[in-house]
Amino acid sequence: MYTAHRSTRAPKALATVASLAAAGLLLAGCSPSTTTPGGGTDATATADGTDDGTSLTMWTRAATQTQSKAFVDAYNASHKNQIELTIIPTDDYQAKVGSAAGANSLPDLFASDVAYLPNYTSQGLFQDITSRIDALPFADDLAQSHIKAGTWEGKEYAVPHTIDVSVLFYNKDLYTQAGLDPDKPPTTLEEFGEQARAVNKLGGDVSGTYFGGNCGGCLAFTWWPSIWAAGGQVLNEDGTASLLNSDDAKAVYAFYRSLYDDGITGAGTKDETGATWVAPFPDGKVGVMPMPSTMLGDMPASTGVAPIPGLGGGESTYVGGDAIGISASSKHADQAWNFLAWSLGDEAQVEVLAKNNDVVARTDLASNKYSEKDPRLVTINEVAAKGVAPLAVNMGAAVNDPNGPWTVLFRDAVFGDASKIDADNDAITAILAG
Amino acid sequence: MTTHSVSARAAAAARRPRRRMPMSRRRALLGWAYAAPAAAFVVLLFLLPLLTVSRMSVSDWSLLGGDKGLNAPDNFVDVFREPLLWPSVAFTLEYTVIVGVIVLVLAMLLALLVQESTRWNSVLRTAVLVPSALGLASSSLLFWGLYSPNIGPLNPILQGLGIIDEPISFLGTPDAALWSTVFLIVWRFTGFYMLILMVGLQAIPGDVYEAARLDGAGRIRTYWSVTLPLLRPSIALATVLSVTGSLLAFDQFFILTKGGPDNTTVTIVQLIYRAAFQHFDLGVAGAMSLLVLAALLVINLIQFRLLRAKD
Repeated sequence: MYTAHRSTRAPKALATVASLAAAGLLLAGCSPSTTTPGGGTDATATADGTDDGTSLTMWTRAATQTQSKAFVDAYNASHKNQIELTIIPTDDYQAKVGSAAGANSLPDLFASDVAYLPNYTSQGLFQDITSRIDALPFADDLAQSHIKAGTWEGKEYAVPHTIDVSVLFYNKDLYTQAGLDPDKPPTTLEEFGEQARAVNKLGGDVSGTYFGGNCGGCLAFTWWPSIWAAGGQVLNEDGTASLLNSDDAKAVYAFYRSLYDDGITGAGTKDETGATWVAPFPDGKVGVMPMPSTMLGDMPASTGVAPIPGLGGGESTYVGGDAIGISASSKHADQAWNFLAWSLGDEAQVEVLAKNNDVVARTDLASNKYSEKDPRLVTINEVAAKGVAPLAVNMGAAVNDPNGPWTVLFRDAVFGDASKIDADNDAITAILAG
Repeated sequence: MTTHSVSARAAAAARRPRRRMPMSRRRALLGWAYAAPAAAFVVLLFLLPLLTVSRMSVSDWSLLGGDKGLNAPDNFVDVFREPLLWPSVAFTLEYTVIVGVIVLVLAMLLALLVQESTRWNSVLRTAVLVPSALGLASSSLLFWGLYSPNIGPLNPILQGLGIIDEPISFLGTPDAALWSTVFLIVWRFTGFYMLILMVGLQAIPGDVYEAARLDGAGRIRTYWSVTLPLLRPSIALATVLSVTGSLLAFDQFFILTKGGPDNTTVTIVQLIYRAAFQHFDLGVAGAMSLLVLAALLVINLIQFRLLRAKD
């Protein structure tokens, strides 16, 4: 029963507070997102930046967390500036960067898959660091493919952070068992096919090769080098048209199609979405296959590496990995640059990257005290210098999208109706052109 | 009432300080206060996103670059130009019907079966309900692992038991991918719908069955003419939930097949996700979302009409 004597204050105050809270939330949600164009002049830039004990924030994607963490830990231990690193699941990274960009809350530093750099630079998410880069003594020795990927309309916005290239891995034990010379990896795509077939004869669980039959990113990474090795191109100059129906390309697809049709590829190849793409090789079930160079650390000692060849010879690689820049909204550009400049210096490149069997970002350090111990690293570093990092603003939508046109093209070329390649290629061009 | 008491009361009222407000107004304000948190909730989590998405659907809004101004009706035109739109609508509808029928029939059978509280029934009930404890994404990942040709145990087990000779490609063909996903969903959700129907069954008073028995009705007749009509509200609830959930299917397909093989298991929500996070086009994604919302409203209205008890 309602009591008439209850105080009127409490409910009224509660109502007021609740309404104010609701109104406040309403207003907060109403601010539209706007872009701030890539700003920050670097007129007063020094080659080294500033180390004054500032706290910096940095994002990296899970795929390259090992290298990023190693860099950040080493930097924090030896500098006054302290970096707080956040590792974000690879598949969520784009979305996270996108929403942070919209809310103007990007961290001071954030790394980016090289393939997606044009997206970020063209939308003004990074600060212009052209003159900072030029002031570095080793500017010309930096992996030019990454610098180029981070260039938009003549200005440079990113430097190399981690480098991941595609190379052929082969299992020396299986080679010996199959009667092949374990020190003679393939130098042409045809030899790759012959050696895979020889290993495949071993039978049982073992297969000659393996590839990601449902993984657009994997195949771009590992098949496009064979096109480049033959002197071909995959995209036009500004990444707005696809050349993936060229004769060079069709020859590469036909090569892999014959391997699949003859049963030289492992079970699950056709359905492989990339999630377990690199699993069978370390288990000793695959003779020879191209994979990311960052896998080297997980491989048994009896694994050899070789550059990816084309039909008839040549060698090339897809230069991937992450580049890193200073976000447009960062207020600590000098301090952030201090980290970037340090990370590209001799000490960091050799003691952080090379020591952990990773590719260095400086061509003048390709042969260092660690790579000399493992000649495989020299091979990888050398081919990285010759590799290509294809650029397109709409690369993700065209190539990495599991429902996208590149997936349709290679599935038709290798498993389906190869006469559709030209039509499928037009679909890729349509997406690239935007 | 005497004149004296009336005037006395009036005089007393004049002397007493005026109350802040009449009781009815206080009650109203108290009601508002209690409703305010819930209202804030609805505004924040439903109205605001709806308004934002509506704004997106008529704007050129990039995920990375932000709002670049109005562009109606370009986004809606782009939605209808998407080649995967109608295939995904057809697939989503096909999937909704398949899952709805299987899950609801199975849930009904189980609910009828486990009505009495025997020990076997308790075990069965628990076994069927346990999958509901897993999130949908976790269940999908679990089944993805089970179905994987490289790391999955299902094929080795089946081959070891001699049930099959060659490994089954669970997700490699359009039909296999669809039915493997249906199996996952049936495993995950049957318990929940069984629960809804069980509660409805238990609400039916025993006298009704007694009366039917006295009238000479057999089991099937009882079920058809007595149980089913009285279960109508529960069936309605289960149907609406199942249809809405299936029309919005995303997690299971995104994790198990990513819409493959060859774009044969793409659902509508996956197209929305793709527009937003692969093509970075929040405008088109917003337009698609509004269209899906409109479709859902219509479908749910129809369902309510059909399933309402016709008294």
